[in-house]
Amino acid sequence: MTDIAPAAAATAAIESKDLSIYYGSFQAVRDVNLDIQPNRITAIIGPSGCGKSTVLRAFNRMNELIPNVNTTGEVLFRGQNIYKSDVDPVEVRRHIGMVFQKPNPFPKSVYENVAWGARINGFKGNMDELVHNSLTAAALWDEVKDKLDQSGLSLSGGQQQRLCIARAIAVRPDIILMDEPCSALDPIATLRIEELMRDLATEYTIIIVTHNMQQAARVSDRTAFFSLSDDGKRAGMLMEYGDTKTMFTRPEKKITEDYITGRFG
Amino acid sequence: MSASNLQQRHRTGRVWLVVFQVALLTGIVALTALLFNILNGSFGYVAIEDTIAPQDLAVNGVPLEEQDKDTLIQVLQAHISAGLFARYEFDKPFAERSAGEVYDLILERVVEPKFVAQWSLYETLTNRDAIRQTAAQDFPNARLEFRSWLNSHFLRAPQSSYPEIAGVRTAVLGSLWTIGIAVLFAFPVGVAAAVYLQEYAPDNLINRIIQTNITNLAGVPSIIYGILGLAIFVRALGHFTSGVAFGASDPTTSNGRTILSAGLTLGMLVLPLIIINAQEAIKAVPSSLRQASFGLGATRWETVWHHVLPNAISGIMTGTILAISRAIGETAPLVVIGASTFIQVDPEGPFSNFTTLPIQIYQWTARPQSVFRNLAGGASLVLLGLLLTLNATAIILRNRYRRSL
Repeated sequence: MTDIAPAAAATAAIESKDLSIYYGSFQAVRDVNLDIQPNRITAIIGPSGCGKSTVLRAFNRMNELIPNVNTTGEVLFRGQNIYKSDVDPVEVRRHIGMVFQKPNPFPKSVYENVAWGARINGFKGNMDELVHNSLTAAALWDEVKDKLDQSGLSLSGGQQQRLCIARAIAVRPDIILMDEPCSALDPIATLRIEELMRDLATEYTIIIVTHNMQQAARVSDRTAFFSLSDDGKRAGMLMEYGDTKTMFTRPEKKITEDYITGRFG
Repeated sequence: MSASNLQQRHRTGRVWLVVFQVALLTGIVALTALLFNILNGSFGYVAIEDTIAPQDLAVNGVPLEEQDKDTLIQVLQAHISAGLFARYEFDKPFAERSAGEVYDLILERVVEPKFVAQWSLYETLTNRDAIRQTAAQDFPNARLEFRSWLNSHFLRAPQSSYPEIAGVRTAVLGSLWTIGIAVLFAFPVGVAAAVYLQEYAPDNLINRIIQTNITNLAGVPSIIYGILGLAIFVRALGHFTSGVAFGASDPTTSNGRTILSAGLTLGMLVLPLIIINAQEAIKAVPSSLRQASFGLGATRWETVWHHVLPNAISGIMTGTILAISRAIGETAPLVVIGASTFIQVDPEGPFSNFTTLPIQIYQWTARPQSVFRNLAGGASLVLLGLLLTLNATAIILRNRYRRSL
């Protein structure tokens, strides 16, 4: 097993090359080439079932937890293919964190929710400070500073999701993957998360899958549009990728324009 | 759309409602009958005849219960044979016995009360005068007493062939020992197997066959487990289960029909139940927790240990206790293993011979003297009490560990 190299000269934070993902014999994602730029927010949009989440989960090998998933191609992180046989997926996930669709704090105290990931990853420093900093970075500290020993489940939905973000950044990842992080939240909680994402982007690379095109337009720097292949096999393919502004004002392809203007999806 | 059709549909509904109510009523009647039957045998009038009335044992005008130890020993010595006295001296020297113990011995051996007749609770409550008359006529020397067959003496006394002094202590201890060993064996093995099957095992043909087999094993009749236990623990591993291998028992007299064999057999019996229940509990842990854990860079072991098991433990405990409730009432496999039907000494450890409550109950009901059926009723109450305690513990544990998910 080789450790993941600390730094690399590559310009992309993470990059996929000819990435295809299969569920059994069904090809869900076909030949995706996507280079994610560091310290930017990249949004992945597209109609339901086009493999957005599957691609996202391929970036930290979470797909392997589902039986019968096969991945081909390469995902380069710090210049190394994370799918090489000698790379440990546990190590990959420690560097590439994840926030899920439904807030899923552990049924433990707020403090423990943040501290646990750092502790198992061998964090030796001042844990109180780490918890404080992570919760502050997740814009949650002021709301929970008096109830650190209460269950994470006692918080509201939006607070729970910010707790999950605090939990993810407490292990100091390079990249945070967000899988429709606001789809279970109300508009106000959604706005707070979006503001938080902008703040976090100064330190982290963020990839967000979203159903909500306004959200992609509001929050992201770059947008990747996925859609189903038109050969009847319903494989998800990367249709267009570029700066969000350009994508939403002058898309190159007709299908992108149709989707963005709401003609299908 | 016709009104008559609607009435017809409502009528069908009412008929089915009646069917459901009748079904429920049948269940309630059956349970009431069961409870009545046990209580009916466990309480009621008894006619007791003393061989020698206690007042005849007064020495120099001092009644029996106020005499000092030396006088009590003299009274005892005067009324029993020298051989029996010597045997008591051999069992435990009189110098070491308390006055109370000697007093109990006098009651048992000299006063020697005998149950000459007993009546059920129902008869006692409905036919009191008739019973008094019959007792006065047929047993002029007897006193009539309302007796609870479940009493503190019954719980503390060992098994005996005299119904007047017989108790369930040996059987209760035997039951607790066997169940304890069964749990020590089956709980860790069962939970570990469930964790493997649920969290590690890939979904392939071999694992599906294993899973199906475990489900089927849970339904195998218990006597089959008894035969298995006889072949493996009593016969094949008799050298170990008898304690000879550990120098704990005498190789010339001991055999594998011990508490250890019985406990392991009951453990095998409940193992599939524990595995299945633990699997259900583990399955109920939301997969979002596992994802969150893996997403932070946790290994599978850390995920299982820190998140899956703590959240499944109440379900696992509940399932285990319900499995134990089943094991504690098992009779058939222990008969095959060779539980002693009559044993007076308390089990001292895993290599002792033993009897258990259900076997004791069975043995008493099979005796010709009707008085033992009252004892069986009392023992049934003890067994039911044990079961209810276990189930209540299960409920309390479940509520205590339940998390607000």
